[in-house]
Amino acid sequence: MRIDAALRRAIPSLLLVLLLPACAATREPSAYSAENPPPKYTLESFGLEDETLTIDVYDPLEPANRAIYKFNAMFDRAIFLPVTDLYAFLTPTFVQERVTDFFSNLTELETFANSILQGKFERASRALVRFCVNSTIGLAGLFDPMTALGTHQQREDLGQTLGVWGVGDGPYLVLPIFGPSNLRDTTGLIGDYAAYQAVDPFGLASFEDDHPEMTVLRVLDKRLTTKFRYYQTGTPFEYDMVRLLYTSWRRIEIEY
Amino acid sequence: MSGAATLRFAVPGSVLVGGMMLVRLGCGVLLALLLLAARPQAWAAEEEAYGYPFTDPYEATVLGTPTAYRADLPKQVPKQDLWLEIFPDRKVPELFWYNEKLNVSVVRQRHKAPLIFNIAGTGAGQNSMLMQMMERAFYKGGFHVISLPSPTHPNFIAAASETQVPGPLMSDARDLYRVMQKAYAAVADSIEVSEFYVTGYSLGAADAAFVSYIDATEKIFDFQKVLLINPPVSLYDSVDILDYMIDFIPGGPENFGAFFNSLLQKFGEVYSRTDSLDFSGDFLYEVYKATKPTDQPLKALIGISFRLSSSSILFTSDVLTHSGVVVGPATRLSSTDDLTPYFKVSTRLGFLDYIDDLVLPYQQRSDPKATLQDLIEVNSLHYLDGYLRSNKKIGLMGNADDIILADGEFDYLADVFAGPRSKLYPIGGHCGNMPYTQNVADMVAFFKGEWGQ
Repeated sequence: MRIDAALRRAIPSLLLVLLLPACAATREPSAYSAENPPPKYTLESFGLEDETLTIDVYDPLEPANRAIYKFNAMFDRAIFLPVTDLYAFLTPTFVQERVTDFFSNLTELETFANSILQGKFERASRALVRFCVNSTIGLAGLFDPMTALGTHQQREDLGQTLGVWGVGDGPYLVLPIFGPSNLRDTTGLIGDYAAYQAVDPFGLASFEDDHPEMTVLRVLDKRLTTKFRYYQTGTPFEYDMVRLLYTSWRRIEIEY
Repeated sequence: MSGAATLRFAVPGSVLVGGMMLVRLGCGVLLALLLLAARPQAWAAEEEAYGYPFTDPYEATVLGTPTAYRADLPKQVPKQDLWLEIFPDRKVPELFWYNEKLNVSVVRQRHKAPLIFNIAGTGAGQNSMLMQMMERAFYKGGFHVISLPSPTHPNFIAAASETQVPGPLMSDARDLYRVMQKAYAAVADSIEVSEFYVTGYSLGAADAAFVSYIDATEKIFDFQKVLLINPPVSLYDSVDILDYMIDFIPGGPENFGAFFNSLLQKFGEVYSRTDSLDFSGDFLYEVYKATKPTDQPLKALIGISFRLSSSSILFTSDVLTHSGVVVGPATRLSSTDDLTPYFKVSTRLGFLDYIDDLVLPYQQRSDPKATLQDLIEVNSLHYLDGYLRSNKKIGLMGNADDIILADGEFDYLADVFAGPRSKLYPIGGHCGNMPYTQNVADMVAFFKGEWGQ
């Protein structure tokens, strides 16, 4: 579910989303009348009109979020997936895996810093060891010998750190192209990005400034390794399900 | 029906299964014990010889087959997605903009080969985990494959169902038969087909039987081989069994929230102890080993999974037909509308409500005297009894402990398909053993004509 740190160039539009007016989402189906009769079963039929259920997530921007969700699905279908498929078709699997390992290795720094901030020192040292070994023996992270040795990656990001410090989810947000998030995690995303720019590992952040093709590669790798496909879940309530699962899963990631 | 077997949302499935241990038996202990006691002991030796790891049918249904027991299949196959326009004049509402065309997929051999049409189980798409597994197995076996969503998948209901009230097997089969022709026409130039076969699992198996029956008179494909994998016998009996499983949520369906949270919590605990972040494949099995669940939460999970499928079918059909069951008949929803209230209402209704409120009224529009009993009778393999018995080209793979079969239904299948055209497994639950090495070998061998040799 995590679609993070991918389209860095889109951050200005993210900020725009945060400024969208908070159109209140109606929780009730449309008002019924003689012309618009009610259905056989309503919330009232089951005494649910005032109940908060598991599926309910704080989502004051719901109409805008649903519109962006639709945009993301259309973008995915028309551009993102076809280009990603082309990338997968043109490059050997071996090369794809090296690209994945390379970008994945860079996230160890993010995990290291955030683990320290959360007081998770074992996780921090694991991230540091992984980064050092994979960056040297693993040829600048192109290979991942640490996973082969049984030390798997465990990610921590600033959104989780904020959560550990007691920052609540805030309103649920669907970010253009990135997908599901909330105010806390979006703030974290921007913070992690700023830190990446400041640390500039391997001079990559500066390199990317002049070489947008590197960013494109990062984004394609992200899409290739993200298995989620819009509207493949077979439910017309996919937006609700994704919202619930994103929120629940982040809660678990913060707790552990 | 495979809603139960295939937890389609990889993460949620895992999330849900994670906390099985926390949940303790409440009511229903007696029933679970009775069910276990009722399992025929005579199979014990066979179970061991068979080698599939789960002897409990609910474990098998939820957990499927762990990697170590799965057939070795190619990771990638040359697959192409097709988007078919089935009814050119049909206007699909904006709410379902993504379902305007029907998504099917095709995998081609480079040489002349038989083409297998594969039909997904209840609520599943052409891309479900089991569909992908079969696609790979059949491709490796040298066949072309066209994978089709279940007629109960919302994509199919919107784009390819004539009535838009799926469930009745004969009309669903007519829809499928139409789709098969369009799909084949779309690829006919680039594919060399020697002969045509059809298969399906769960509800898709019952669909395959009815498609084959229609083809016997229409002769467009003249199917030479038909394989039914874990079919229901009476649709109504199976739906009744699955509908009821939601009651196994401890404290009843109203307690879903507490159940969900306890599962999530347990899952988190296991996740924190585990190194790998990969939730696919064996993670679920790892969680299972750490939690040793009892049958009750497993049944609840199957019930929830099935309820998610049936509520999707009910809502989709209601919106498309303006039947006024959960959405006002004059209400027109758009893709920015809040659907959560409809989710809440739809998940309170079962598949049997769908039959009562949508399927039966639809039938009564053309035949005012139609009754529930009529529906029950025609939506069953019993209805095709003579056809199935006399056509030896139709094979069966069935599990003795299949949870969707009512008393006597497994024996009925064993009788109808007696002889070398059936493979009966002592265990496997509902579709749980499909990816198991022997089952995969058997399904490929069937289409190679190697059964009974």
